[in-house]
Amino acid sequence: MRVPARKGGIVAAVGLALVVSACGGGDDGDNDGGGSASAGGAVSIRGCNPQNLLIPALTQEVCGGDPLDAVFSKLVRYDAETAAPENEIAASIESEDNQTWTITLEDGWTFHDGTPVTAASFVNAWNWGAYGPNAALNSYFYDPIEGFTEVNGEIDDEGNYVDGSATAEAMSGLAVVDDLTFTVQLTSPQSSFPQRLGYIAFAPLPEVFYADVDAFGDKPIGSGPFQLVEWNKEVDIQLTAYDGYQGEVKPHVQDVTFKLYAQDEAAYADLLADNVDVMPQLPASSLTGEQYKSDLGDRYVEREAGLFQSITFAPESVDPAMDNPNLRKAISMAIERDLIVRNIFQGTRAPATGWVSPVVDGYTPDQCGEWCTYDPEQAKELLAESGFTGELTLTTNGDADHHTWTQAVCNSISNALEIECTALTVPLFSTYRDQITEREMPGMFRTGWQMDYPSIENFLAPLYATGAGSNDGDYTNPAFDDLIAQAAQAADPDQAIALYQDAERLLAEDMPAIPLWYETRIAGHSSRVENVQISAFGTTDLLSLSLS
Amino acid sequence: MGRYVVRRLLQMVPVVIGTTFVIFAMVWALPGDPFAGKCGDRPCPAPYIAVMTDKFNLDEPIFVQYALYMGNLLQGDFGETFGGVQVMDELQLRYPATLKLALVAIATEILIGITAGILAGLRRGGFADALVLVSTLLVISIPVFVIGYLLQLLLGVKLELFPVTVSAGAPLNELVLPALVLASTSLAYVARLMRANLAENLHADFVRTATAKGLSRGRVVGVHTVRNSLIPVVTFIGADFGALLGGAIVIEGIFNINGVGGLIYGSIRTREGAMVTGAVTVLVIVFLLVNLLVDLLYAVLDPRIRYD
Repeated sequence: MRVPARKGGIVAAVGLALVVSACGGGDDGDNDGGGSASAGGAVSIRGCNPQNLLIPALTQEVCGGDPLDAVFSKLVRYDAETAAPENEIAASIESEDNQTWTITLEDGWTFHDGTPVTAASFVNAWNWGAYGPNAALNSYFYDPIEGFTEVNGEIDDEGNYVDGSATAEAMSGLAVVDDLTFTVQLTSPQSSFPQRLGYIAFAPLPEVFYADVDAFGDKPIGSGPFQLVEWNKEVDIQLTAYDGYQGEVKPHVQDVTFKLYAQDEAAYADLLADNVDVMPQLPASSLTGEQYKSDLGDRYVEREAGLFQSITFAPESVDPAMDNPNLRKAISMAIERDLIVRNIFQGTRAPATGWVSPVVDGYTPDQCGEWCTYDPEQAKELLAESGFTGELTLTTNGDADHHTWTQAVCNSISNALEIECTALTVPLFSTYRDQITEREMPGMFRTGWQMDYPSIENFLAPLYATGAGSNDGDYTNPAFDDLIAQAAQAADPDQAIALYQDAERLLAEDMPAIPLWYETRIAGHSSRVENVQISAFGTTDLLSLSLS
Repeated sequence: MGRYVVRRLLQMVPVVIGTTFVIFAMVWALPGDPFAGKCGDRPCPAPYIAVMTDKFNLDEPIFVQYALYMGNLLQGDFGETFGGVQVMDELQLRYPATLKLALVAIATEILIGITAGILAGLRRGGFADALVLVSTLLVISIPVFVIGYLLQLLLGVKLELFPVTVSAGAPLNELVLPALVLASTSLAYVARLMRANLAENLHADFVRTATAKGLSRGRVVGVHTVRNSLIPVVTFIGADFGALLGGAIVIEGIFNINGVGGLIYGSIRTREGAMVTGAVTVLVIVFLLVNLLVDLLYAVLDPRIRYD
């Protein structure tokens, strides 16, 4: 059929338009350098009141730590997804013997006030944190460095600090070689030393810090991707992107505000109303019945956290009846972890099969073997072999959300072993911890551990080595200590991990602590943001966050 | 009247000193070490404990510590927390929010409660009466935090009629919903109290005399009966103001108001003795002043009451 001229003209025009747009369209397709996320914009994050001034060496808790992690960059950065350490300010961290380390910095890093980041920025900062009279809460992080005791001071036999025993202000183990190089001498080999350097205590500090520490604590100056604009006490902490940031990954948002809430529920209500963009941890009340899924739809993210919950036995000096491996294994096999995790924790916990969290390199499942599985029959047999005939107590602090599950665990033990188990509480956390450190707590007690840095060593040495700072059960095993020391000296990281794994397996024999579960964090976000990633420490990764 | 006021003010002094000492002793006497929980699951570094113990005189016997604290207090120095925050700064930040909340709550309570009570008292057995009785019963029996969460969810999140949380500085218009929730139980009590008193006073001699004299119904009820019925209500409101000031912890938590309730609760948990004692001292002084005001108000309401 003959096409009328006009129609033909229209067809041709349309055809031409299609061809032209097809040519142009190809360019739009690969115009994709920084991803489809928009740069710029403001986001808000649920924060809480920092307990101390915003100074790296004084900050030990999440409320201060979260904003400080954005303001300060360190030698090493932990990848948000894998928690693997990557060099950030450091160009290289090397050692022949795991004891003397040479650290070279990348050139070009500056603080938010324009001054350069040099080797001295690190050395002076670490010395300040270690110096006893500065009363830094994080001082124990510098403990492995040679000369720490002279700078920190001495502790007498009763555990009290000897006033005035800090004789030096600089640790002999730290030496500046030139502007971009310094050496660190440790008192003993530590293969995990580079992995620790991403913790906030090791951040560099600018010169202005030493002039007025208190003023700095109100408005800290670091070299991180964000700089602090203002800290309105009790209200918010405002950050803005620093355009001189030298890191490889640049932030996708311009302004970040940490809105400070005193209560989880209020923050959650604001999250539902889109008034706050990210809430790194949803409150327990929203988890019951998976309420958060119907509230948020798909606006939530699940993440395994480096958090480990266990039950520790009182030391032999306090409660000799507990010092019985058969009894301990019997109790461990009497706890029905799966049931408790399902019913009480709504999927925010995973039953533990070892003493190391799944987020770190070197985690192997089932290090505990059969002793961490639920088997009432074998548990009763082990109980009979142990010869224990008393009653059991499980204590926790009453001011956090633990009593529910300690009661469930006690019930599980009573039902399986047919002996009395009472779940006790101590009202305040401080009183609770005090009783434990003073070695006045009998029976069993709850212990939780949050990793300081993502290393298998951090789950073993500080908790179970003889005389270690957090060894609440006074566990001592020369073979374990030996393996830990060997692993610390191992030149090859894989060999180190293998030795740590061997050490972990030793714990299954004596069961100084019963592994209970690992924690999963559930974070929620508003509809305004995307690419929400939570790190293994439970913090929001501000470098990947963007507006949708 | 003047001498009475002066005497009451002088009586306040030993009360304040006594209360301060009791609170101080109680916080400091809590078992265990204040630093035990400050560093998470590991003990705090020994130099930190030494420096802090020195700074806050924690080694001294309790009377010495108290004397040092009172010495500073009389000079206006409320001390500081373990984290280095000045207690005075913190209180100045927090008290206005709680005061505003309490005042709006009292205003709501007076307005709605007394009006409802008068209506119900006048029309005993009528529809208004039944409505007031049932609604107040409902409000009294539902815990205040349930009311709070419900209204926040319904009116704030779903219907967006009110802000979900209160922003910094606690502007008055944002406090309407929290104050309503806070005042709900007291409002119910005030309504019932007013209703009962009014109903009783309507049968009193002076009302019959006033009506016989030819006064209008409005004047008889509005000027004479209500004024006489207000005395127990005013007592209740006066005591309530103290409770509102000191607490409202739950409401402050739900609506994220930076008030004194949350501050005291948090400070007790972290064993910040200076903060708890400072906040409670201010609370005690305000409460005593309000009680004085209430007592003076009696003389206004009931001419038969005289103070020498």
